Amino acid sequence: MKGLKLSKNVKDNLITYGIVILAYLIMEIMIKTGHISSLLQGLLVPLCVYVILAVSLNLTVGILGELSLGHAGFMCVGAFAGAFFSRYMQDVIEVSLLRFVIAILIGALSAGIVGFLIGMPVLRLRGDYLAIVTLAFGEIIKNIINVLYVGKDANGLHFSTKDSMSLGLMEDGDVIINGAQGITGTPKDATFTIGIILIIITLVIVLNLIHSRDGRAIMSIRDNLIAAESVGINITKYKLMAFSVSAALAGMAGVLYSHNLSSLMATPKNFGYNMSIMILVFVVLGGIGNIRGSIISAVILTLLPELLRGLSNYRMLIYSIVLIVMMLFNWSPKLINLRKKYSLKRLLKKTGEVQ
Amino acid sequence: MAALLEVKNLGISFGGLRAVDDFEVTIKKGQLYGLIGPNGAGKTTVFNLLTGVYKPSEGIITLDGVNITGLKTIEINKAGIARTFQNIRLFKELSVIDNVKVGLHNHYKYSTVEGIFRLPGYFKMEKAMTEKAMELLKVFELEQEADYLAANLPYGKQRKLEIARALATEPKLLLLDEPAAGMNPNETRELMDTIRFVRDNFDMTILLIEHDMKLVSGICEELTVLNFGRILAKGETAAVLNDPQVITAYLGE
Repeated sequence: MKGLKLSKNVKDNLITYGIVILAYLIMEIMIKTGHISSLLQGLLVPLCVYVILAVSLNLTVGILGELSLGHAGFMCVGAFAGAFFSRYMQDVIEVSLLRFVIAILIGALSAGIVGFLIGMPVLRLRGDYLAIVTLAFGEIIKNIINVLYVGKDANGLHFSTKDSMSLGLMEDGDVIINGAQGITGTPKDATFTIGIILIIITLVIVLNLIHSRDGRAIMSIRDNLIAAESVGINITKYKLMAFSVSAALAGMAGVLYSHNLSSLMATPKNFGYNMSIMILVFVVLGGIGNIRGSIISAVILTLLPELLRGLSNYRMLIYSIVLIVMMLFNWSPKLINLRKKYSLKRLLKKTGEVQ
Repeated sequence: MAALLEVKNLGISFGGLRAVDDFEVTIKKGQLYGLIGPNGAGKTTVFNLLTGVYKPSEGIITLDGVNITGLKTIEINKAGIARTFQNIRLFKELSVIDNVKVGLHNHYKYSTVEGIFRLPGYFKMEKAMTEKAMELLKVFELEQEADYLAANLPYGKQRKLEIARALATEPKLLLLDEPAAGMNPNETRELMDTIRFVRDNFDMTILLIEHDMKLVSGICEELTVLNFGRILAKGETAAVLNDPQVITAYLGE
């Protein structure tokens, strides 16, 4: 009995890893043989970013069961921390891979710390209240970065929240974070391969966390807070753990994102409310708590608008129809029954019985 | 035998409402103790006071010589009180065995890092946890359903699983809140055997709330009757159940 269960989890996880690796191999072959449009090729790294974001948000929404609308904020912290490090160390660490790996660690760590600090007061709230407060924190993070100026010269680092002139840099000084203009000249270290490796790392962390002692504690809080407390689960500790791991992974996605662009700015479009909602849409459509679903829906919903570009005028219309159909298909009881009735497994069984 | 639980002068008010007043009880080690009374008498409130869900307005709770008054629920569980709930509170989306493993949480430990990177500590502890959990499930005849989602269990088995989960925390005192609610006579009889078995084989002390008089008179050694938040009668089961006051207030002529 026990062996059976363990192997079921392991099998499920292996399928998820397998899908990612298979998708990677197919894309690599297509790139090598030139069967891929430059448009799609440009989408590969953002795709990895969105997949990581969706999986990490699923840890908060699906596993911990708390609605967070500030995920883009943590991504923003990671993006700027990582890009700042890379720009600062550009001349010091020459090996781009090593520099990028350190940048990723720094981005993840700083986003994790911010997640921890925000989580401490915020996780006392539940449901809608938590959603509203995380939404606000996401916006606050974005706006702080928009007024932040950091420069370096021979004397070291200079900070300001006014403008780049008040940094008081020397002649040879270099403004790294330039307020609303953000960071320019970040080395383009992000590649599809690194993106896929980061997806795998994210999956290992999230899936192994879920199927461990800590994961059970986190899910027990989701299922019944009062009962979890009554069997001695430390609610605060495990809520914070899930929330900060989720934030750290979002930070990692942010680093990947920032190293794919030559100029990084915190705009409402990339780190604002829209982004948080979009990630949430990935999670909800993929199935709350379903990690593999998050990956698939993130890929489909990112590719779809691009693939429909040819239909220009009807693009958003088709996109929204697909969204609604997917929602109905996944959640409506009648359609679930219909799906079960005509499922492949069942049809195969039937033909077997006839014979 | 020594007293395991000693409660003195326990009381709580919700605004103007005096929910529990001057509640006292002494439960000896290994005893099966019953708490009965009409609906709204404050029985579950007493449980919530004992387990730290509510902070008592006054009174002292001593468990095994340690003062646990006003501690948090988690600390009280660690001190040795586990409970079940009147309206079943399982971890519905977790499997049956995982429900028990959550109960084992504080007794089988490995670090988060060991869990994420699947270091040897993870496999060793998970194996020990699975064994212990299966052992507990066997006691409650749930081992066949170990991989079911808890939400998919039939009602009677959900009640049993709740007891198994509470026992997994290795308590000294087990509080059962209406364990027989919604069970048919057969299931109730089975439950009585299980409760006795738990008491004998786990060296457990049990305090239970119940409306089913067959169960109460069948297994409880002593009773306390609550009415409007105050103690109406207490003592040996047979004597209490024949008390005219109890009969008028609760049992009916």
